[in-house]
Amino acid sequence: MEYFIELFLGGLTRGSIYALIALGYTMVYGIIELINFAHGEIYMIGAFTALIVASVLTLLGFNELSILVIASLCAVIWAASYGFTIEKLAYKPLRKAPRLSALISAIGMSIFLQNYVLLAQTSDFLPFPALMPEFGFLEPYAHIMSSAEVIIVLTTALVMAALTFLIKFTRLGKAMRATAQDRDMALLSGVNVNRVISFTFIIGSATAAIGGVLIASHIGMINFYIGFIAGIKAFTAAVLGGIGSVPGAVLGGMVLGWTESFATGYVSSDYEDVFAFTLLVLILIFRPEGILGRSTTQKV
Amino acid sequence: MITFAEIKRSVLVSLWFMFLTFPIMVVRVNPIEEVIEWRWRNLIIIGVGSFAISFVWRYMMERKEAGLKRKEAGGEKPPLVKRIMDRPRLSRSIVGLVVAFVCVFPFLFSTYQVTIMSTALIYVMLGLGLNIVIGLAGLLDLGYVAFYAVGAYSYALLNFHFGVGFWIALPLGGLLGALFGILLGFPVLRLRGDYLAIVTLGFGEIIRLILENWNDFSFGPSGIAGISRPGFFGIDMSLNTATTYVYFVLIGLVILTVFFVNRLQNSRIGRAWIALREDEIACQAMGIDKTRTKLTAFALGATWAGMAGVVFAAKTTFINPASFTFLESAIILSIVVLGGMGSIPGVILGALVLILLPEYLRAFSDYRMILFGGILVLMMVFRPQGLISGVRRVYQFKGNGEKAPNGGSGS
Repeated sequence: MEYFIELFLGGLTRGSIYALIALGYTMVYGIIELINFAHGEIYMIGAFTALIVASVLTLLGFNELSILVIASLCAVIWAASYGFTIEKLAYKPLRKAPRLSALISAIGMSIFLQNYVLLAQTSDFLPFPALMPEFGFLEPYAHIMSSAEVIIVLTTALVMAALTFLIKFTRLGKAMRATAQDRDMALLSGVNVNRVISFTFIIGSATAAIGGVLIASHIGMINFYIGFIAGIKAFTAAVLGGIGSVPGAVLGGMVLGWTESFATGYVSSDYEDVFAFTLLVLILIFRPEGILGRSTTQKV
Repeated sequence: MITFAEIKRSVLVSLWFMFLTFPIMVVRVNPIEEVIEWRWRNLIIIGVGSFAISFVWRYMMERKEAGLKRKEAGGEKPPLVKRIMDRPRLSRSIVGLVVAFVCVFPFLFSTYQVTIMSTALIYVMLGLGLNIVIGLAGLLDLGYVAFYAVGAYSYALLNFHFGVGFWIALPLGGLLGALFGILLGFPVLRLRGDYLAIVTLGFGEIIRLILENWNDFSFGPSGIAGISRPGFFGIDMSLNTATTYVYFVLIGLVILTVFFVNRLQNSRIGRAWIALREDEIACQAMGIDKTRTKLTAFALGATWAGMAGVVFAAKTTFINPASFTFLESAIILSIVVLGGMGSIPGVILGALVLILLPEYLRAFSDYRMILFGGILVLMMVFRPQGLISGVRRVYQFKGNGEKAPNGGSGS
């Protein structure tokens, strides 16, 4: 039973990370119907920025809390800037082009960013400092769930709540929903569609960066390639929950996290990624609209 | 010509990029030795570079828009291939030159050069195969390398266990590739384009992971060595002759592929593919079986990947799962995109450029992948039709409702 709980909580942490990255996918997809392949790379760049800033600050002799705050902040700012720039360079000129073109452009961007970090930094795994604080009162339960894991789960819940609020109750959220429904009509009603799309990319990239900082300091290792697999899995999570839906992304992340956790715990750890991909294929075949998604008919 | 406002914009762009690339390009940390390296020179390079590039970018954008306008007005130049084909003497002499070069190539250059050329020719085959799936049928297949792996492993294993020769394995590899294509295609082809891309990507990774982990079957990451080279009526060949022989086998296969793809393109099914790519719903309304048409494209594309895999295994005599990563799929995709989706000469040129150039520009070999990524983005933004765009039959209405058949305008 203890093993089961351990796996359950492990899956919860894992799922929270997937959910954080999946949120960006789902928002971008919801609004411009593009799988932003470069999203995983934004997550990786966020983690790298945090690592670089944290190392510099450590050498300058800052205390731990300020390092955590400044490093996460920088990660979010730079990831959001990358998200914004990528949209302007690689996707905006292709708004009217066939969808295949934008998708290929996204794949190119992903490969480009991976190799950009590889060339500018290193191909080795870098140790990531443990930025997250240890809570004293969680000490007795440390064998089942560390304070880092508690922070990850709580942050995900918080980000999801904030995003839901943003989309449901703010002016920007309303504009986003309008753009997602019908871009031309939104434009006619006075919504600045370009700005809304930019904001979506900025917000999505910022959540990815939060995920990047959290997982990097939890696992303690990063390299230029972490974004690729994380990106695919987060996409799986987004599809699983129903792409375009914020609670769906979180639910999908959790289901994926548990699937992986239990499958590697009870079956075999060699095929960890295979389980995720198999789940993805099965979901797409049997319920392509996802758990919380609504099915849409293709229009002419 | 260059106004002050433009300069101001470019300065802003360059400042933005200096900010953007600052942490990654300038600072390099070594957390183990706790040293930080500040590379200020990179900052200056980025600043000056993005300043210059922003002018080029803007110029290209303007040109693209002007091109679009010209296209709408109908005054567009026909694609290069069409213009050459319209002049039989020119096209015949070009073909003659190419044939002559291809025939004497292995006797003029060293074995090393011939090996590289053979590699490039394998990619020509792969590119042409993927071209059926992406260029003609418009299905983005990101797991194409899986079928390549199926072909390579089927020859390697058949050869290892049963001593099956190259010439028997070649069609078998193609068949197995097609079989896998159908197996994968059957459930996933109902999906929309972008889901298909992700599922095929996942499938490619699954195949690689299985090859890596199922030691009893595939010998795991260590791979299979000592695969036989292609035989020629049982004659023993030296390494040099064998390389030349593989080269000519590949030339033959490439010619066969070009012939097949060309015939397919102009066949009933080829036209169905193109129609499906352009508009699925209209196509179904015309009575085309969507699933079957897509499945044929998938299976035929996979056949060529399977055959290319067999040749690859025979050429290198050693294979392991590391040769079949997603990057390989990305390279093949870049070939098709750079050359021109749906254009046979384009894909051949794309493969030769992308495989041969990095070999000869060794200094740039580190920048190979970043270049491929950049090419994908830039080609999509500025020249979606590729270096050599495909010739398409388009009928245009011109003038006052007068119907003027126009043999081949660009797509």
